[in-house]
Amino acid sequence: MSKKNSEYLINRKDNQYEVVIGLEVHAQVLSESKLFSTSATKFGAEPNTQVSLVDAAFPGMLPVINEFCVKQAIKTGIGLNAKINKRSVFDRKNYFYADLPQGYQISQFKDPIVGEGKVILDMPDGQKEVGIERLHLEQDAGKSIHDLDPQNTFVDLNRSGVALMEIVSKPDLRSPDEVSAYIKKLRSIMRYLGTCDGNMQEGSLRADVNVSVRAKGSKEFGTRCEIKNVNSIKFMQMAIEYEANRQVDLIEEGKSIDQETRLFDTKKNETRSMRSKEDAHDYRYFPDPDLLPLEVSDEFVKEVKNNIPELPDDKKKRFIDEFKLSPYEATILVSDIDTAKYFEEVVAKMGKNKDMKLAVNWITGELFAVLNNKNLEISQSPVSAKNLAILVNLIKNGTISGKIAKTVFELMLDGDKDPQKIVEEKGLKQQSDPKAIEALIDKIINDNREKAIEYKQGKEKLFGFFVGQAMKASGGKANPQLINEILKKKL
Amino acid sequence: MSDITKQSLTELVKNIRNKKLSSTDITKAFIDRSEKSKELNVYITEDFTSALDKAKKFDQKPNLDLKLPGIPMAVKDLFCTKDVKTTAGSKILNNFVPTYESTVTDNIWKEGAILLGKLNCDEFAMGSSNETSFFGNVQNPIDKNLVPGGSSGGSASAVAGQLTPITIGTDTGGSIRQPASFTGTVGLKPTYGSCSRYGIVAFASSLDQAGPMAQNVKDCALLQEVISTYDLKDSTSIDFKRNQYSKELTNNIKGKKIGIPKEYRVDGMPKEIEDLWQKGIQYVKDCGAETIDISLPHTSYALPTYYIVAPAEASSNLARYDGVKYGFRAKGENLIDMYEKTRSEGFGAEVQRRIMIGTYVLSSGYYDAYYLKAQKVRKLIKNDFDEAYKKVDAILTPSTPSSAFKIGEKTNDPVSMYLNDIFTVPVNLAGLPGISIPAGHDSKGYPLGLQIIGKAFDEQNILNIAFAMEEKINFKNKITDWWIK
Repeated sequence: MSKKNSEYLINRKDNQYEVVIGLEVHAQVLSESKLFSTSATKFGAEPNTQVSLVDAAFPGMLPVINEFCVKQAIKTGIGLNAKINKRSVFDRKNYFYADLPQGYQISQFKDPIVGEGKVILDMPDGQKEVGIERLHLEQDAGKSIHDLDPQNTFVDLNRSGVALMEIVSKPDLRSPDEVSAYIKKLRSIMRYLGTCDGNMQEGSLRADVNVSVRAKGSKEFGTRCEIKNVNSIKFMQMAIEYEANRQVDLIEEGKSIDQETRLFDTKKNETRSMRSKEDAHDYRYFPDPDLLPLEVSDEFVKEVKNNIPELPDDKKKRFIDEFKLSPYEATILVSDIDTAKYFEEVVAKMGKNKDMKLAVNWITGELFAVLNNKNLEISQSPVSAKNLAILVNLIKNGTISGKIAKTVFELMLDGDKDPQKIVEEKGLKQQSDPKAIEALIDKIINDNREKAIEYKQGKEKLFGFFVGQAMKASGGKANPQLINEILKKKL
Repeated sequence: MSDITKQSLTELVKNIRNKKLSSTDITKAFIDRSEKSKELNVYITEDFTSALDKAKKFDQKPNLDLKLPGIPMAVKDLFCTKDVKTTAGSKILNNFVPTYESTVTDNIWKEGAILLGKLNCDEFAMGSSNETSFFGNVQNPIDKNLVPGGSSGGSASAVAGQLTPITIGTDTGGSIRQPASFTGTVGLKPTYGSCSRYGIVAFASSLDQAGPMAQNVKDCALLQEVISTYDLKDSTSIDFKRNQYSKELTNNIKGKKIGIPKEYRVDGMPKEIEDLWQKGIQYVKDCGAETIDISLPHTSYALPTYYIVAPAEASSNLARYDGVKYGFRAKGENLIDMYEKTRSEGFGAEVQRRIMIGTYVLSSGYYDAYYLKAQKVRKLIKNDFDEAYKKVDAILTPSTPSSAFKIGEKTNDPVSMYLNDIFTVPVNLAGLPGISIPAGHDSKGYPLGLQIIGKAFDEQNILNIAFAMEEKINFKNKITDWWIK
């Protein structure tokens, strides 16, 4: 077993293997229109309703760069702490396919818009830096639909020409968990920036996964296989797991690994060879003569930079410094921009006398549990940040106990009710009048004289009994702290 | 009014403006002559009925302020025209009817001109004789069984044969200037970025440029004025100050310095061409300009460079003709089989040859040796011109190394065919404007052209030089109407 709990090794007899992973993430640029045309990009539209003459590659049609997509790519580059290349070049990647109308994809090959950068992952045993090799802009292809007709393939060009950012990592990832953390971090950064919605179900974020293995401690890279187009984190993890073990088995059998492109079969949970290196396409890349090199000015980059919102790493730092959260709590709260927004709204609504710890516990505890159960995003939360803040304040100022709060919270779920009103209507207000509690306790001691004497003689366990009786008598509303204090005095 | 078709554009516009002729008169005259001229095979698609309707409509409410008021004209079939079949001379687009209009033709219709039809050309503009067209050879009005040059062969023959008063062609390596030279007409290839490429079937994107073809320089200038606009739909369109070329046209070229590049004196060039060039030098001197011997040292590399760059871009540009979306589709067993059959049957031999060359030079392992090297040489060729233009205002050369040749004479020898473009190709590689004007006849009585090459965006200057020379040359095209029975 390894020392570090996140170290992922594959063991065979006497040998231990390390897995080396690099990702090529394809992130759809959040943009109303396509990379080189004005067609819409809405997901789920009727087939071929968002296709211009440019997207369908009619004779004489020419691409015109969408400046907004350029801005989005630069924004993302800044979010990845990466170098922005002021001059980049669009190239043609030539290949034939029915859903590729031009017969080439416009992409960036030698001179991408964004160069080297890095992202920081929060792993259980500390932080891990993952290098970014590059980010480039490219067109998406259309969609071939093979299962609508036994003889024919149908083509939907709605996606044809949609802007993608291909984000290539360095081979810095070492385990399925790191891959998961990396994808989540990328997604988080891009959602903060508003450059990609990160919706994996709709295909807005997908990845080609490069996997190789090597003996633990080795500095050389093994032969890698590329697993194409995996569209969920779970599948990526499963594919890596399978592929790494497959490669290790080959090495153990004394066989060599062929560099090839593979597909992950989600039903059988295995990767399958798609094409070998020999069959690899010759894409005949060359600069697209229909487009001039893309040049962005310092001012343009500066303007984009000035409009970068607070990103997860900075927000986390601020939550720790300003709100005194633990790194763990801060990480959870900043991981998703909507969670962070919710939390900050709760904080704002709590006002001056706020209990940060309590707020965090309620969000990550009760609220997350409800969202999980109902399979909701925090943006769809049945309890608004404002009402949650009121609830936390009610606990903090002693109006209700934590226990009663749970009852109130349950009632809030139905139509985002104001907790203050629930407390009033149901009479759940905590009994905090010392005189009333004193009277109540006097009566209980009176009714249980023998037990009181036993307690005084040293049977301390009985203290709990008196607390329980007092709580019961008050219908659970008595302030538990006051009960404790008064009981101690009286007994 | 049988002499209507003999009139220049400038005369026709004048006669329309002073109400001596109606658009219907003119349109009818050109249609009548076109009907009698089927043997020239200049039209791929005739749009005569619609043209007459438009002419009548124009006459009902004539707007005489337009630059081409009610003027009928046919255009090369490389320009997409809304609702009118556009083939690029290829079987693969034989059934293609665009739903859109090219920027250049749109500019023309907006100035009042009327489409007569679509003119024959080499398939995808790949050829120097119009013999690669799926729609057959074009006859040169100069003589029977003579090629009109190419690729804008139909356009050149139509102007020379007076089937259209003016026309537009496209020029990737000489496709306007060479046929103009072969037919005794004037053809201008503008600076790259002057005319929008939007809606023009692409051959080689970094070289393609539309341009005017006419019977004289003034007509050419007027048409250039109409077609050259900055266009946001073409990312390579350039926003520069465009002159009113016809209004600003002058024959005063006194003191202009004209470069004579020694490298254009190529081996085996006929003496007639050399003599013509010398005559040209004398003409510009007679106009008060000065000639200066210059050197364009990388000239001999231009043709090989061109035949790497142009096919490379073409191989990619033509990938879209795959039978999937529009155009010709052959039946196939599966997708790949359909592609192979569609493209084998849909493209002619020359187009296939260039696709093969282009695919080869872009292949991994060959890219650096061919495409990348060609790009470097292209830069050197451009540098040659930049250097020369420090000393001269324009450059004078022959347009072609020979006069028009017979149909079939060079079809089996692609290299000798390619050599036709030896004087025109460097201009495209450097993105410069060049104009060919008729300057004399060879011993067979076939026209010969001289080329004036300008600085980028300096169309006005070369038009002026051409205009001044035209007066001195006083060229008369020998059109015998041999094809009209």
